[in-house]
Amino acid sequence: MALIKVTSPHATGQQRTGRLMREVMLATLPGLAVLTWLFGWGSLINVIWAMLIALASEAAVLKARGKDVAFYLRDNSALVTAVLLALAIPPSAPWWLTLIGVSFSIVVAKQLYGGLGMNPFNPAMAGYVLLLISFPIEMTRWFAPGEGPEHFMGSVHLFLGRYAETVDLMTGATPLDSFRTWAGDATALANEHILHGVFAGVGWEWVNVAFLLGGLYLLWRGIITWHIPAGFLGALALCALPFWLYDPARFASPLFHLFSGAAMFGAFFIATDPVSAATSRWGRLIYAALIGVLIWVIRSLGGYPDAVAFAVLLLNLAAPTIDYYTQPRTYGHDKAKRGTG
Amino acid sequence: MSSTDTTAPTGIDLEQDTAPVAAPAADYGALTNNGLWKNNPATVQLLGLCPLLAVTGTVVNSLGLGLATMAVLMASNLTVSLIRDVVTPAVRLPAFVMIIAALVTVIEMVMQAFTFELYEILGIFIPLIVTNCAILGRADAFASKNRPLPAAYDGFVMGLGFLLILVLLGGMREAVGEGTLFANMHLLFGEVARDWQITLVADYRGFLVAILPPGAFIGLGLIIAGKNVIDRHLRERAKRSKAPMEKGSRRVRTTGSVN
Repeated sequence: MALIKVTSPHATGQQRTGRLMREVMLATLPGLAVLTWLFGWGSLINVIWAMLIALASEAAVLKARGKDVAFYLRDNSALVTAVLLALAIPPSAPWWLTLIGVSFSIVVAKQLYGGLGMNPFNPAMAGYVLLLISFPIEMTRWFAPGEGPEHFMGSVHLFLGRYAETVDLMTGATPLDSFRTWAGDATALANEHILHGVFAGVGWEWVNVAFLLGGLYLLWRGIITWHIPAGFLGALALCALPFWLYDPARFASPLFHLFSGAAMFGAFFIATDPVSAATSRWGRLIYAALIGVLIWVIRSLGGYPDAVAFAVLLLNLAAPTIDYYTQPRTYGHDKAKRGTG
Repeated sequence: MSSTDTTAPTGIDLEQDTAPVAAPAADYGALTNNGLWKNNPATVQLLGLCPLLAVTGTVVNSLGLGLATMAVLMASNLTVSLIRDVVTPAVRLPAFVMIIAALVTVIEMVMQAFTFELYEILGIFIPLIVTNCAILGRADAFASKNRPLPAAYDGFVMGLGFLLILVLLGGMREAVGEGTLFANMHLLFGEVARDWQITLVADYRGFLVAILPPGAFIGLGLIIAGKNVIDRHLRERAKRSKAPMEKGSRRVRTTGSVN
């Protein structure tokens, strides 16, 4: 028997960053398809545009930092950031919105902190929040599901920033917006068409189902572990349940919360970022559960309809502390060691 | 924020500052270099970050607060230097704070009298000048050990260094955030300054993050990074030409042991 003497870890799979990131991008395809089906070609155009910007800005910063451009570009992490951000912003986004967001994500939120592995915040969400607080109009301009531009050229017009020429399009409140507006008024809620899809908000339920499928693919391929999605979605549902039972006219149901906005996208693609999330198993559960709690709190009581980006960034900030208190026991030691000191 | 400023890491040029602060003859060139560049309160000592980050949304706000701070710094350095032989070391800090607080009150009243709108805009940050660590720092580290004239001059250049960074940051944030420069200057200079506004981009949509607090942090970070790049460039050039480095600067100790 031939024994090869190598040190641990004795992993056989190709867990290279490049492959990992490729799988993540592959897993976003169902979500991208549903977004395109519901809202026109805008998401697809923005994803491709964002990938180009990400590659260009990453290459420029790597060159300025004197790094090996080709080597670092091949890990695909910039592309993943670009895809995630482009999926998060509305399909009606003009080109400059994506340009500002993606270049901020790559240059400031990722490379200024030292590049892949060093960024304390999820770069895609940092870019998203920058855009959300700077350009609230463009960032909340969603079409009513199925009412987006019918033709490819319509989406191109929007992408080129000619929104005024395409105003005959129906922009509408998302289910979360709508619920926020009418919360407390049972008859108005019952009359809001968009709130009553097959099992959650119209259209958006399928966006979330698609991202759930993509997330399950990631779980199956072993790219992510179950801790973060389970903690995230579990906490969100657990928070929503008692309040919904108490007053369904003011608080949305757990199912509605789970399949609205960016819930599934956040649980499987955003919160699971291996760099900015907590790393130990318990740490991941706590980290994700706190994100879920924060999302429910901000959605139900806060000033924004959805809160995945804010919740993730806030918990990114807390991740090192969570890791410090949840360090697992090292084999052969009695007690868990706290921190590195 | 200001009370913790004294422990802020200062980064560069620490190794040159081990000499105790007691200059027999004032070297005004060194003082100028110190205040404006090498030991700039905003970019090197990182003191007074609270007003620096809070009110630099526009040039006029920055200029207003910068001038007020500079006036307080000059006057406090001068006063502290005048009483330096009378006040015992044990009570020196309370005495300095009293002086600074009195001066800040004067400035606040002056601004209330002559630039009322700006006074309203700057609000709490005018009284908060008293907590600006750069002022107490200079009083303790320089003014209490030097004669009145160098002390006042040190207050002037330190204040000017602070003012320049404030205005630079205000200009950056106003240009990026609102697409204008020198808007509303009449708040400070009267009616003649009303049309000083330069509109960089007509019909600008506004980039809110630059006006909001994150813009201040990002902007200050970029300014400090820019200064460090220039410093590195200068150091390398000095090394290449083998010129002897200038020694014996004085500065506020913010880390390490205090002599």
